[in-house]
Amino acid sequence: MKNEVPVVVAFFTGMLMVVSLFIPHPVVSTPASVVRQWAIIITAFAYVLGVANIARISLHNVKRRQRDWQYKAALVFALATMATIGIALGIESGGVFDWIYLNMYVPMQATMFSLLAFYIASAAYRAFRARSPEATFLLVTAAIVMLGRVPIGEKIWSGFPGLTEWIMEVPNMAAKRGIMIGAALGAISTGLKMILGLERSYLGGD
Amino acid sequence: MAKASAGILFKFSRIDRRYIYLIILICVIVPLVAGVRMEMSVTAPVEGLYEAIDNLKPGSYVWLAADYDPGSMPELYPMNVALVEHLFSRDIKIICGALWPPGPPLAQRVFNELAPKYGKRYGIDYVNLGFKEGREAVMVSIAEDMKATFPRDFFGTPWDSIPMLQAISNLGDVKMIVCVSAGYPGIKEWVQQIATRYRISIGGGVTAVSGPEMYPYIQSGQLVGLLAGMKGAAEYEQMVGKPGLGLSGMVAQSYVHIMVVVFIAFANLVFFLEKRSKR
Repeated sequence: MKNEVPVVVAFFTGMLMVVSLFIPHPVVSTPASVVRQWAIIITAFAYVLGVANIARISLHNVKRRQRDWQYKAALVFALATMATIGIALGIESGGVFDWIYLNMYVPMQATMFSLLAFYIASAAYRAFRARSPEATFLLVTAAIVMLGRVPIGEKIWSGFPGLTEWIMEVPNMAAKRGIMIGAALGAISTGLKMILGLERSYLGGD
Repeated sequence: MAKASAGILFKFSRIDRRYIYLIILICVIVPLVAGVRMEMSVTAPVEGLYEAIDNLKPGSYVWLAADYDPGSMPELYPMNVALVEHLFSRDIKIICGALWPPGPPLAQRVFNELAPKYGKRYGIDYVNLGFKEGREAVMVSIAEDMKATFPRDFFGTPWDSIPMLQAISNLGDVKMIVCVSAGYPGIKEWVQQIATRYRISIGGGVTAVSGPEMYPYIQSGQLVGLLAGMKGAAEYEQMVGKPGLGLSGMVAQSYVHIMVVVFIAFANLVFFLEKRSKR
């Protein structure tokens, strides 16, 4: 039962979604719409589960003074503060929640990602070597695209933007299309295997 | 003499990475502080999106998907601003929704900045429906019943109390989807789930790193246009005639790209010299 019921549920919901794509009649579209609403509700529960889980693990870490417990304490404090402020005072523009979001969360996350510029420059300097014909080809293409994607490249040689667009629209697109078609065929095959109960790894366990 | 200069080159190739960081920092900060701007040619995907929005009739509705977060703000926020500038200037009504939790406050920040400038009122000319978890299921769900999916807006106002939404029941009432997308779920999923199935035009902006992945959809016509990275934002600002964060950021990006190309060229020169000297 533990294995059979989820497989039956997956079969019926999966088939309903596939059939609703081809038959837009209310007999099919109405139950499909209901199932989609259920999916939205179930996914929302994953957030509750996620928050509860991270709070539990972090609190456990803090209690036992495990490695880096100070970071976990900051996480729990931030989580509790934002949740309390959001629930008690609301999230409207100009409010406390909005102020913290725009003036603390936004700059902190933007800072983390902006560090990438420095790491990429350092990595390019240390690791990007023309060790083989393929690597040389990649290196030259990367340099052309980098110059073609900025206005100064256009000032150096007016052909850079056109050449960059050609790289994007011909060799890049050919490769991307091949990857996408391959991935789509793989997804169809995996989807069918799950609907038909041949692929059960999503059930977890054995 | 030649040996000495080769020795200096080898020494430079093992330079402390903090010097590289310092050079990049200077390349970023100086152009931003100096406020220098550079004009550039506009690429076809950007022109395609501009024309698609420009051809919409005033008063028509557009779904603005704010599917991004602060991490991708330097590239995507200028796009969001330029797109809303264009939509407001054409008197197009905006219904904004997000499949990324941090998206709605960022979109609201754009509205707060631009609505007074164009005399636009919340609930009449634009609305922010907020975030809904469910990814592709939400896309298909709003395509069939928008009110059931977003019964309240971002601020908790019921659907029935928002005047501009009374003419809307599903995505069929919307002329176009404009997606500002940082990844999954984003513009690719909008195309896969909505474009062909419901025959709605889709266009938008993505980060530079995701740009190459979208070209097959542009060629197939499933995307009417695309802004890729800060360059896409800068080109769009140029077309709209509102220079902003995109155009000022492009000069900094120009210098950084030049420096990275110089670093690669120099490091490879030393690599070849070292290889030759070992022989």
